[in-house]
Amino acid sequence: MTQTNRLSGGQIDRNTTLNFRFDNHSYTAHPGDTLASALLANDVRLIGRSFKYHRPRGLLTAGSEEPNGIVELRTGSRKEPNTRATTAEIFDGLEAHSQNRWPNLKFDALAVNDLFSNFLSAGFYYKTFMWPAAFWEKLYEPIIRRAAGLGSLSMEADPDEYDKGFRHCDLLIIGAGPAGLMAALTAGRAGADVILADEDFTPGGRLNSETYALGDHSAPAWAAQAVAELTSMPNVRLMTRTTVIGAFDHGIYGAVERTGDHLPTLPAGKPRQILWRIYSQKALLCAGATERPIAFENNDRPGIMMASALRTYANRFAVIAAPRVAVFTNNDDGHRTAVDLHAKGIKVAAVIDVRDDAPSSYDYEVLKGAQVVDTKGRHGLTFVEVAMPGGETRTLECGALGVSGGWNPNVHLTCHQRGRPIWNEALAAFVPGADLPVGLTVAGAANGVMSTYGALQSGAEGAAKALDLTSALPDLPDAEDAPVTQTPFWYVQGCKRAWLDQQNDVTVKDVKLSYQEGFRSVEHLKRYTTLGMATDQGKTSNIGGLAIMAEVAGKSIPETGTTIFRPPYTPVPIATFAGRMKGQEFHPTRLTPSHHWAKERGAVFVEVGNWLRAQWFPLPDETHWRQSVDREVRQTRASVGVCDCTTLGKIDVQGTDAAAFLNRIYANGFAKLAVGKTRYGLMLREDGIVMDDGTAARLADDHFVVTTTTANAVSVYRHMEFTRQCLFPDMDVQLISTTDVWAQYAVAGPNSRKLLQKIVDPEFDISNEAFPFMACGNITVCQGLRARLFRISFSGELAYEIAVPSRYGDALMRRLMDMGEEFDVVPYGTEALGVMRIEKGHAAGNELNGTTTALNLGMAKMVSKKKDGIGSTLSERAALNEPDALALVGIKPLEPEKKVTAGGHLMNIDGPVDTAHDQGYVTSAVYSPILNSSIGLGLMKNGHARMGERMRLVSPLTDLTIEVEIVSAHFVDPKGERLRA
Amino acid sequence: MIIDHPMLGPRDASEFTYLGDASLIDRPDWQADDAAEAFYEYGYLRDNPAGEHQELWYHEAGDRSWLVVTRNTLTHEISKVELARDVARARGRSK
Repeated sequence: MTQTNRLSGGQIDRNTTLNFRFDNHSYTAHPGDTLASALLANDVRLIGRSFKYHRPRGLLTAGSEEPNGIVELRTGSRKEPNTRATTAEIFDGLEAHSQNRWPNLKFDALAVNDLFSNFLSAGFYYKTFMWPAAFWEKLYEPIIRRAAGLGSLSMEADPDEYDKGFRHCDLLIIGAGPAGLMAALTAGRAGADVILADEDFTPGGRLNSETYALGDHSAPAWAAQAVAELTSMPNVRLMTRTTVIGAFDHGIYGAVERTGDHLPTLPAGKPRQILWRIYSQKALLCAGATERPIAFENNDRPGIMMASALRTYANRFAVIAAPRVAVFTNNDDGHRTAVDLHAKGIKVAAVIDVRDDAPSSYDYEVLKGAQVVDTKGRHGLTFVEVAMPGGETRTLECGALGVSGGWNPNVHLTCHQRGRPIWNEALAAFVPGADLPVGLTVAGAANGVMSTYGALQSGAEGAAKALDLTSALPDLPDAEDAPVTQTPFWYVQGCKRAWLDQQNDVTVKDVKLSYQEGFRSVEHLKRYTTLGMATDQGKTSNIGGLAIMAEVAGKSIPETGTTIFRPPYTPVPIATFAGRMKGQEFHPTRLTPSHHWAKERGAVFVEVGNWLRAQWFPLPDETHWRQSVDREVRQTRASVGVCDCTTLGKIDVQGTDAAAFLNRIYANGFAKLAVGKTRYGLMLREDGIVMDDGTAARLADDHFVVTTTTANAVSVYRHMEFTRQCLFPDMDVQLISTTDVWAQYAVAGPNSRKLLQKIVDPEFDISNEAFPFMACGNITVCQGLRARLFRISFSGELAYEIAVPSRYGDALMRRLMDMGEEFDVVPYGTEALGVMRIEKGHAAGNELNGTTTALNLGMAKMVSKKKDGIGSTLSERAALNEPDALALVGIKPLEPEKKVTAGGHLMNIDGPVDTAHDQGYVTSAVYSPILNSSIGLGLMKNGHARMGERMRLVSPLTDLTIEVEIVSAHFVDPKGERLRA
Repeated sequence: MIIDHPMLGPRDASEFTYLGDASLIDRPDWQADDAAEAFYEYGYLRDNPAGEHQELWYHEAGDRSWLVVTRNTLTHEISKVELARDVARARGRSK
């Protein structure tokens, strides 16, 4: 088939022929075509099936407001459903498919829905699929989803790249029609930094679709000339294929640039789309207007489209939907379509104008005071029936009908910050209100200035005003300047099925039903009928629904309400919002200095925040992770193990008030901590709940090193800065995070001192006497490398943490492994670390869960009452100090082979198992290779007084009940002899 | 949103972390007779104005200063940005 509906002229490049496929048929097109114009050129009017009733549908518009012509583009992993054929630029090899039909577009089995339309009216789903609730997920929803009309996903990952970027300008001009082009010329010639963004691939807006002249040029030629001048200005950036999707705070606009959608394949490394954040001093909205339809019986047949769309297809794309057309209008603009089509040699069957005083024509018949009352044609329009003012009916043969109900200004972006449009009686349309986003003004048709000359003038004035220009405005070309008034005509009375929202299949009757059933506010109307809630956000349908609601309510339209619009202006793929933040790049990955060493050792890694930490180090013969972890624990407790603890937060605290500052930050006292000593510190939130714990080492009178848990490193630092700057601004104290500066390793086990003695330089005595438990100091290792040594223990063993500058972390780890060979040294990961801390009864993240107090964790005595520590006052609240407050306990199964489960709840040995009788819960559970038993830590009511009590541990979710004994949380070395050895 | 940092000029809001009402600066005296009540009010009771609101923002991805930002909660207009430290001092906080 060869473009039977192609006319002469237009803005397409006939020297190049492109091939594309629609529903597996091959067609040809030319550069400059959209998929929509190319389909029309090839006499394809039937493009899809409607959402609910599966009625045959064609194109309604020629722009981004299109509700009907939505298709799937491309194939395989690049398949993109729900794309508007009217904005999809044609390229050679484009593959497109219709949606929502089975088995094919011409014969769709679910078109049977249309026969049952009486039962499928507004609210049908709410009324029908209510009971039983269990049926919803299993039965109703899958059926509805299969039947309801959207495209399908490829179920494969999108192989293309998307990006984000930032741009700045003095003036952002949104829309490159007559107003936008004139505004850009005015601002650009004045030297301002201008961004002119337009969603189309050819700037010009309506100028590309019109035949009238601007000065000595045709409208498209004038636009092309303006674009050429703008392109030559270094201070103007013209962004085509770019939709400004939202107006955000402080002059920031979101814009999507489709850099690759029109290309068969993307150049390597180039993104498919870019999400721009545009920072503007001022913005000028020149988004034009959208033509609105008139609702009448069977107004959704393929071939019935907006009158302006017929004109656009003919003038810009040199395409006509059918050789014989008619126009149905309530305003003069509809006649413009008839004039243009007639001039192109198209047979205009008639112009049907609802007005008695409609203008006459010598070229075609004008039926004044007439209305279209029905249409015919199964897969495309063949006849329209017209009710004449005298009451008789006339049948006109035509394959296309252009409908014009007037024009609505595109106010969308003016609403993005709660701005409400106001009703303009002369235009019978909403125009931008007074409460616009700060810095935004509106020009041209978007502001209700409907003539071409008016648009040019208001664009020039808008730019001059936004930029406070004092120079004279540029000369404007002579242009069409007809006064525009619009008398509303929303729908033809007496019709049974007249479509308002074609994408969501909402009829005039549905709106009346909504009123009848009490859903009368605009918000309820939308939700009850789904009017305007499809992907087109009701660009062509909202106003009609509102007008009908006003009519049945006997109110004016402004009294009935307004609908406002949200970003985005047109649909944006999720991939564009994600940009490069997907997969590995979703968040940064932090690696410790000895990561590569751990990888060489075959470590299994776990994500902890952004960090990757070694979880365990499997040996070749180990097949289960528990084998590795048990071995690491046994070997550490028997001799010595090394664990990378670089990820713990490290905060350097310096200044003459450093000790006083830590006294505020921690619940326990720090003022008297001696230089060379480390102390465990408990940090509370101001409400008395534990925030974090760690150690603070005093390296000098005015110098401490604070550690935090890995997870809270950022929030603790933030809290300390808040305390320093906002609460105690005159304290002489400075903070800096040194987490990344030091590589730090725990060396734990009875042979840890012997191992360290092999690398610590001999002038530093680390014997038990010289460097006892909780000592700290600056030392050197490996002949002169500066290091910090802390004698602290998380495992309960004799243990140290040693820190060296980051770049030596890898070398230190390798040295420790070499030197430790004689002690059978073992590297251990976070799992063994967790096992040992649970065996020792140390609280960690599972216990510091944002609900626990110092009392709950058995550390009530640490909260000093003699000083002003954050959280100490509110920690004394009565409710936090009830006698049966939760307390940290150890949990052991009576039968060692039974497993303690974290999250399980503790119940008394007798009595009901329910929330009311809950005694507490398990926070952490592991298998202890030292005790040869599963063990756990938990929080239990009055737990410290219930040692030895037998309880039931239940987990109804996993159907678990075992008997356990409540014991001290300190399973291993309760007296702490090992760590002081 | 853009926050006009008093030392660094206009910066994108994504560089900042929000905390809340700037009344968090006014931490009560722990030794006062009504300390428990005062800390309760300090910790839990906030005004929620529809209009101008003084609030704390932290320049976490920047210079780590805490700021007091006066923002209209209806329009997001920011009318004033100060260093929280200066505000705290002006409100009589010291050590």
